[in-house]
Amino acid sequence: MPDAAADRPELRPALDALAARFPGEVLSVDVDKGDLTVRLGKAGLIPVLRALKEEAGFNALEDVIVLDNLRTAGEGGKRFTVLYQLCRFPGADRVRLAVDVGEDEGLDSAVPVYRSADWAEREAFDMFGVRFEGHPGLRRIYMPEDFEGHPLRKDFPLEGRDGGV
Amino acid sequence: MAFKEIDLNMGPQHPSTHGVLRLKLAVDNEVVLSVEPVIGYLHRGMEKLWESLTYTQVVPLTDRLDYLASLSNNLGYVLTVEKLAGIEVPRRARYIRVVLAELQRLASHLAWLGFQANDIGAMSVLLYGFEARETVLDIFEEYCGARLTIHGIRIGGVPHDLDAALAARIRKVLDGIPKRLADIRALLDDNRIWKQRTVGIGRIAAGDAIAYGLTGPGLRACGLAWDMRKDIPYSSYDEFDFDVPLGRNGDVYDRYLVRLEEICQSIRIVRQALDGLPEGETSAKVPRVLKVAPAEVFHTIEAPKGVLGFYIKSNGTDKPERVKMKSPSFINLQSLEHMCKGNLFSDVVGILGSLDIVLGEIDK
Amino acid sequence: MTPFVADVLIPVGKIVAVILYPMIMVVVMIWLERRVVALMQGRLGPNRVGFQGVLQPVADAVKLFFKEDIMQRQADAFLFNISPVLVMFSSLLAFCFVPLGEPIRIGTYTLTLWIAESPVGLLIILGLSSISVFGVIFGGWASNSKYPLMGALRSVVQVLSYEIPTGLTVLTVAFVARSMDLVEIVRRQEASGTWYGFLMPVSFIVFWISAIAETNRAPFDLPEAESELVAGYHTEYSGMKFAFFYMAEYAHMVLVSSLVVILFFGGWLPPFPSVKALAFLHAVPGFVWYLVKIMFFLYLYVWIRATLPRYRFDSLIRLVWKWLIPLALANFLVVALVRFLR
Repeated sequence: MPDAAADRPELRPALDALAARFPGEVLSVDVDKGDLTVRLGKAGLIPVLRALKEEAGFNALEDVIVLDNLRTAGEGGKRFTVLYQLCRFPGADRVRLAVDVGEDEGLDSAVPVYRSADWAEREAFDMFGVRFEGHPGLRRIYMPEDFEGHPLRKDFPLEGRDGGV
Repeated sequence: MAFKEIDLNMGPQHPSTHGVLRLKLAVDNEVVLSVEPVIGYLHRGMEKLWESLTYTQVVPLTDRLDYLASLSNNLGYVLTVEKLAGIEVPRRARYIRVVLAELQRLASHLAWLGFQANDIGAMSVLLYGFEARETVLDIFEEYCGARLTIHGIRIGGVPHDLDAALAARIRKVLDGIPKRLADIRALLDDNRIWKQRTVGIGRIAAGDAIAYGLTGPGLRACGLAWDMRKDIPYSSYDEFDFDVPLGRNGDVYDRYLVRLEEICQSIRIVRQALDGLPEGETSAKVPRVLKVAPAEVFHTIEAPKGVLGFYIKSNGTDKPERVKMKSPSFINLQSLEHMCKGNLFSDVVGILGSLDIVLGEIDK
Repeated sequence: MTPFVADVLIPVGKIVAVILYPMIMVVVMIWLERRVVALMQGRLGPNRVGFQGVLQPVADAVKLFFKEDIMQRQADAFLFNISPVLVMFSSLLAFCFVPLGEPIRIGTYTLTLWIAESPVGLLIILGLSSISVFGVIFGGWASNSKYPLMGALRSVVQVLSYEIPTGLTVLTVAFVARSMDLVEIVRRQEASGTWYGFLMPVSFIVFWISAIAETNRAPFDLPEAESELVAGYHTEYSGMKFAFFYMAEYAHMVLVSSLVVILFFGGWLPPFPSVKALAFLHAVPGFVWYLVKIMFFLYLYVWIRATLPRYRFDSLIRLVWKWLIPLALANFLVVALVRFLR
């Protein structure tokens, strides 16, 4: 981990503190192509988000991105990876948090920490079926309410299914 | 006869929702209690589609996201791919991209100005704004043949060169726009009715703005100098000298002033880019079939509507594994309810206009 | 002149004229508005149908005539059908009392250029034009739909509020002219040599602003603004009924312009009567002067519409109750005082 922070010296103190505070939850810190990615366990998500927001000053959650690992996860791998793209203003540093979550598992909602996660999580639910516990009103956002299936999953056909829309 | 709460429905077909947007309003005797936007009427499954196309094939589709500022979408996506694949864009191409992107910002803001004024009743400004926008669209048409869905920025550079004749025509267009802006400002800026409809309306405090993830001119109208062109410069923006206009109160009037001033700053940037256009190639050598080794990146630009971001994950083939677009209008629309609460029903249209949303971008 | 001609033909002719005159003016207004607004916005406007688009209103009328007349099942049929009639009726009936010039002598017969002259003509016209409020509220209510209802309520509040400064300013004119008879008022202006618009400019301005609000025109057109309420109280109307609302609005504008001209600008009097060098102006018939003045005010209506943004409803009401009414009252007091001291 000391090597990973070498590319982003300004973030080193924050990252070192993170790893110390949440020993079992911060799984890895990588830097690739200038982007900093921190892999977390499910339970560590909200505490880490809160710590980054309140202490390290990452005051903006720019996006919540879901990846479907259907074809790339090996045995024992979880179906989805949920990414949280955080940004710090002023200063414009970025950090990406990655959490693996299985198909039937839920994730704690980030809305109590970042209000801007509201619709992003709804979109994640609509497109992938990832449930966020504690979200104030988790429902579909793009597709009609009675739509069956989650379109952005890798096993959902591009042309759609009968009985969809 | 007074009525208590009524539920009103605006749209999806409504002259002022700027596209197919549905707003569920709860109104108490004209005062807005709650606003719930319902979206998805224009959802085309772009992200799903992109997973089955090559990186190059995706570029024209990004035009259709924010269709009033298609070059910005192109630029956002293309810069992310270049960051992912490690492609170095020649300096001349970067400058031409800046010219195109800033002209696009001009066009987008002029369209916004027309719509905003029309919603509040100043119909003639719609046409004056569009008249000015036409001159800019003519430039795009001359550059690469299209006016709206332009596809004028490609992976690695730009498709055509900007020769001296086109540069001269661009300068001529830039000379004409301030005059039109002055006409419009004379009609609106100090107009009592305009100010009554915009000052103090749709206010959002700076802290709330950041909490809701508001970006772009809406955030800058609250006094926060957050502009990706300055904070995380891309495409040689750090070589240009320009100001970031800021507002103070975060109301509709300040957003109006901020965007007007951004038009002037864009003109300034384009002039600098044209004056300092370096020699060189207009595109890097990019293989016809672009295969990218597995990696993932997130990159943002300052689009006219706010901070536009693309996340791309590659898997070693010529098609991306996942492309996610962070749409500024999608996030900005979340703050609509906060801005409308406590205001009158008649103001909802004005506030929605000041957010400057495009449904293509929201719904993907 | 046989009794038949004098007692039957001429009155019938006058009735036909009173119906045709506003209708023709409406047709002219439709064309004028669209061309003028277009030219002010940097575009051309309708210029295909007929020479310079003059037949465009005819095309519009034909289109509206053939449109399907839709009424929802839940709408109150009687009120729904009667409201366009009421609005049209009130506008047209008031024209009976509007004089168009001095009586013309044809042989032994005096042809009066009005259908009725009443010593309280002014009051009657104001009263008749207020009947249109009923049409509006019936239309909004009978449509059984939220948007038209809100539009109708706003419109009613607006019209009723602006009746007050209208009445007050009209009262100042009646005060100075010592009569409520419209013909008398014009004759008084002729006698005194100054038109009341120049004698009492505040009255004129307050009346003009109130007039724009009374006719639901920009910048006071919130009740029917497209961007806010789709089309206000006439959202649910289509076909000929919509045409009635549309035409009644223009007819009301013409009525109000006629009032302005008669009360404040000398009606059919030529300008500069005391200037000898311009005596040739008297050769032009009064009716022509009348038309010229009305056209100017109609043009002013259109010009204001193309320029100003729309007032929000609460600002509109605040304007009348906090500014126009006190101003009108103060103006009335001043006029009364001056009259008293004379």
